[in-house]
Amino acid sequence: MAMTVATANLVELRNLKVAFDGVRVLHGIDLDVARGEALGLVGESGCGKSVTWLAALGLLPGKASVTGSVRLEGRELCGSPRSTLEQVRGGRIAMIFQDPSSSLNPVLSIGRQITEALAIHRGLRGEAAKTEALRLMDMVGIPDARRRFDLYTHEFSGGQCQRLMIAMALAGEPDLLIADEPTTALDATIQAQILDLLIRLQAETGMALVFISHDLGAVSQVCERVCVMYAGRIVEEGSVAQLFSSPRHPYTRGLFDAIPRIEGPRKRLIPIPGTVPNPKTLPKGCAFAPRCSRTTAFCETSPPSLLPQKDGRKLACAHPIELAVAGKTERRVPEDLLQ
Amino acid sequence: MTPLIEAKGLVRIYALRHGPFSRPSFVRAVEDISLSVFPGETLGIVGESGSGKSTLGRMLLGIDPTQGGEVRFEGQPMPRLGTPEWRALRAKMQLVYQDPLAALDRRQTIATQIGEPLDIHRIGPRASRAGRVEELMAAVGLRPDQAGSYPHELSGGQRQRTVIARALAARPKLLVCDEPVSALDVSIQAQVVNMLSDLQEDNGIAMIFISHDLKVVRNLADRVAVMYLGRIVEEASSDVIFQSPRHPYTKALVSSMPIPGKKLEGRVILQGEPPNPAARPSGCAFHPRCPVARDICRTSTPELRQVEKGRTAACHVVADNAAIAA
Repeated sequence: MAMTVATANLVELRNLKVAFDGVRVLHGIDLDVARGEALGLVGESGCGKSVTWLAALGLLPGKASVTGSVRLEGRELCGSPRSTLEQVRGGRIAMIFQDPSSSLNPVLSIGRQITEALAIHRGLRGEAAKTEALRLMDMVGIPDARRRFDLYTHEFSGGQCQRLMIAMALAGEPDLLIADEPTTALDATIQAQILDLLIRLQAETGMALVFISHDLGAVSQVCERVCVMYAGRIVEEGSVAQLFSSPRHPYTRGLFDAIPRIEGPRKRLIPIPGTVPNPKTLPKGCAFAPRCSRTTAFCETSPPSLLPQKDGRKLACAHPIELAVAGKTERRVPEDLLQ
Repeated sequence: MTPLIEAKGLVRIYALRHGPFSRPSFVRAVEDISLSVFPGETLGIVGESGSGKSTLGRMLLGIDPTQGGEVRFEGQPMPRLGTPEWRALRAKMQLVYQDPLAALDRRQTIATQIGEPLDIHRIGPRASRAGRVEELMAAVGLRPDQAGSYPHELSGGQRQRTVIARALAARPKLLVCDEPVSALDVSIQAQVVNMLSDLQEDNGIAMIFISHDLKVVRNLADRVAVMYLGRIVEEASSDVIFQSPRHPYTKALVSSMPIPGKKLEGRVILQGEPPNPAARPSGCAFHPRCPVARDICRTSTPELRQVEKGRTAACHVVADNAAIAA
């Protein structure tokens, strides 16, 4: 295979499957991340949104079996040796996690942790590393970085720990930052600050961003394109405007309806009936069929594949919700977003 | 009408010691809080972590002692923790926590646990208690065949339903819910929120709903109190407070709420972090982060006072504006 063919996409996942102890949790994910784009991955707990990227970076424990293809600029990562992966992880693709305090080392000063990352990925040492670390701390909004360079993680608040995690992730000047629920553990006002920071950093550095979250609100602020996952599959993929103005998969629609609104009249919430299926006993057909109001006999026997639609989105549903006709139906997004 | 539960000037101070001989530093977790809840009403309490909202909930139930002020339940002062009178009162007020797995006994079936309050408070003849458990399970949407299940066999949503069924067993008049849906997925969260509002409507229970999630609170509460560093900074009906917040902190809180399909532009993003409760800023505790702070805010603590009909706020600026408008 010609490895030199330059692809437009930075990362391409093809038919990525993951099984834990013989139980399959990821059923073939196809996903492209273009350079500099912000992609959102939403879904409920257990849908495989984090596993997708842990598998792609070879971070899953040994008992997980991963098949399929993960390509970074055409270079295959899946099954490649540890030395190759270690150059990619942190250097080309960095990842930050939900709980910053458990991802940072409590017995090393924060300055040392950042300079360590700089030494590994960029070969910076001594004064040069310190200068760069201070620049990164400044960039992520740690006030008075010079004085706090030698402090330990417990001396920082949760929001600041997340900023420091981001600074460490940026140390390798990655082409792609994967943020796995980066704001979930934070307070509302701090969450807004971190989202703002991610948006700003992405614009400044031009890196691509994959934002994994269960919070549709947070995703729609950061991302241009969103993938909705359910039970180990992508069920709908499209631009934020497309999905929010006219969700077509019944699950996407259900997720939107289940969120309480902060504006407009108070209405009774519309929950999705039932619960997420156990991966061990997944329905034979569409995994969402038992909870779906549009199910037919066909849905119960054959799982739908993710197919491109006329308007550019991708959809895995045999009986999708009709496209909302502009002006006729109730608008689901504020006008300003659709311009 | 007399309020079901009324609190006046509640204060809770924790002493922190950093070493065995060091002088303790004091954290004023709850400071001078007064509130009342009427029968059948839902009061929402929102605030960030460390704002004292959980401590307040526990004080209202008499679980945490007060260092000042008093709580009256049905017009009577709250008995002391652990006394027989206090235990008897527990049947009338119940607490639902955030983490149902921690609140349930792993070694008992859920039917046993739901029925336990009936045994403890000797409610109804023993023979009829099994029937009442079935009734409670149906009310919260658990299947009869799940009665013999253990907590680990249930999903997060079903566990929270079990906890709620148990809380309802003794037919309480007041339910204090501390972040009851925060650990649940969106689709399940909506199921539990709807269930809570149905149960409340059917049984006329008053509820104190503590959460950091403004959207959920708006959906359930009649009235909302916003807390910042141990004090209530604004209180109004839930329709009003989210639509037209007056206190700068409430404004920022409402504005920081990500709305699906809306970009971040034009929002008030607060700078800085909530201060350490052990080192409370002088004057108004919010002044270091406040965009409209004046000199007076640095020196004098604003009182919670009425700024318009049905709305109280603790802010010098809001109070001045209200005075000008009046």
